[in-house]
Amino acid sequence: MSLIDLANPTRFLALSARVLPWLAAATAILFAIGLYLSALAPDDYQQGATVKIMFIHVPNAWLSMFVWGVMSIASLGTLVWRHPLADVAAKAAAPIGAAFTFLALLTGSLWGRPMWGTYWEWDARLTSVLILFLMYLGLMALWRAVEDPSRAARAAAVLTLVGALNLPIIKFSVDWWNTLHQPASVMRMGGSTLDKSFLIPLLVMAVAFTLLFVTLHLAAMRNEILRRRVRSLQMMQASRVAFSGDVSTGSRQENASTGAA
Amino acid sequence: MTPLSALIRRDIKIALRVGGGALIGVLFFLTVVVLMPFAVGPDLALLARLGPAILWLGALLASLLTLDRLFMADHEDGSLDLITMSRTPLELACAAKALAHWLAAGLPLIVATPVLGLLLNLDMVATGAVALTLLAGTPALTFTGMIGAALAVTLHRGGLLMAVLVLPLSIPVLIFGVAASQAAIVGPMTFGAPFSILCALSLVSLVIGPFAAAASLKHGLD
Repeated sequence: MSLIDLANPTRFLALSARVLPWLAAATAILFAIGLYLSALAPDDYQQGATVKIMFIHVPNAWLSMFVWGVMSIASLGTLVWRHPLADVAAKAAAPIGAAFTFLALLTGSLWGRPMWGTYWEWDARLTSVLILFLMYLGLMALWRAVEDPSRAARAAAVLTLVGALNLPIIKFSVDWWNTLHQPASVMRMGGSTLDKSFLIPLLVMAVAFTLLFVTLHLAAMRNEILRRRVRSLQMMQASRVAFSGDVSTGSRQENASTGAA
Repeated sequence: MTPLSALIRRDIKIALRVGGGALIGVLFFLTVVVLMPFAVGPDLALLARLGPAILWLGALLASLLTLDRLFMADHEDGSLDLITMSRTPLELACAAKALAHWLAAGLPLIVATPVLGLLLNLDMVATGAVALTLLAGTPALTFTGMIGAALAVTLHRGGLLMAVLVLPLSIPVLIFGVAASQAAIVGPMTFGAPFSILCALSLVSLVIGPFAAAASLKHGLD
């Protein structure tokens, strides 16, 4: 079975139905291991127990960018091959990516409260993640604004690719803007190399969150395919009803004319 | 006359004549800037400090909101289909249309800047710096906003949705435009670094904008 066969929605549905339970189980097991390891990890000598927010925050932040990458690849599929499954993949990924981005922002600000003394700081990383979040929301608004799914898909694909080109530029300019306005007031985490006792739980959690994304994405793609089938069935039924309604009014008129005669 | 220069001349003529509405952008710019003192108070020192930011925000909004109709009017009277089907590459035609739009709607904003700078208590150097950064930066806004205009015409939907989609993309231009103006006014940085990055942003969007707009027109108009 080649990759092309997978692109058939029916085959995709069959295969994903078989794979999904295993993926979900693997995600649950990895989360159990990862959370256990995170709980066991020692407190930081400076940050105390709040350092453990990192185990949730970092995977979310990494996924917030990874999901945009997945959407960009799907958008290439939409524009180059005009494949409906690519549309479905791009559409299903957007809300999940927005959720990961929101969680990254939320955990970041919860971490910032004890560390910086404020929930929100116009820190370079927080700001660029916020802009990413806004772009996810805009993309979702675009998907919701247009009724015809394939037309929305092509517009969203162009926008996703432009966003993928622009995101590094935005990141760079926000970094620049930030250093201009508040020189080095924020502590940098990347300065010291991570100790192994932090690194292993972090990696496990990162893999767990990535698997969570794959599971949710496959499930959302299945839902979207089924939703589209329901929609086309409803439209077929509606046209049938309209057609039969036409016939009945026609025959009634016929009856009326014959009655008059 | 080559097809491209004909297209540019035609677009500028349409924009400047009755029903074109290019100069409404300048009026909008003026109105936004006049609104600011009502929001922050008529404190001249504060206005001078905020001046470059106010002018940049006004120009950003004015140039993006006038872009809404860039392709829409041509789509309504059918000439967009002719442009799409002509032998000129669609990317070049899009670039020509954006250039015409910038000449008709973007340049007047820059011409109006000295007057508005007077209202905001900016001195000569500051006004010159803002006008120069606007001259370098507004092409980037036009060419980025063109993507939104192309999406608007393929989706039959403009206005707020397009603004929401395009405004985040214009953040870098805003950052470097304001930073370069501030650098010229108060320092401590040199004017050159942010200004050359601003020019680079304009050049990059000069490349990306026409291709993305042409792609969305090609894929969307059927």
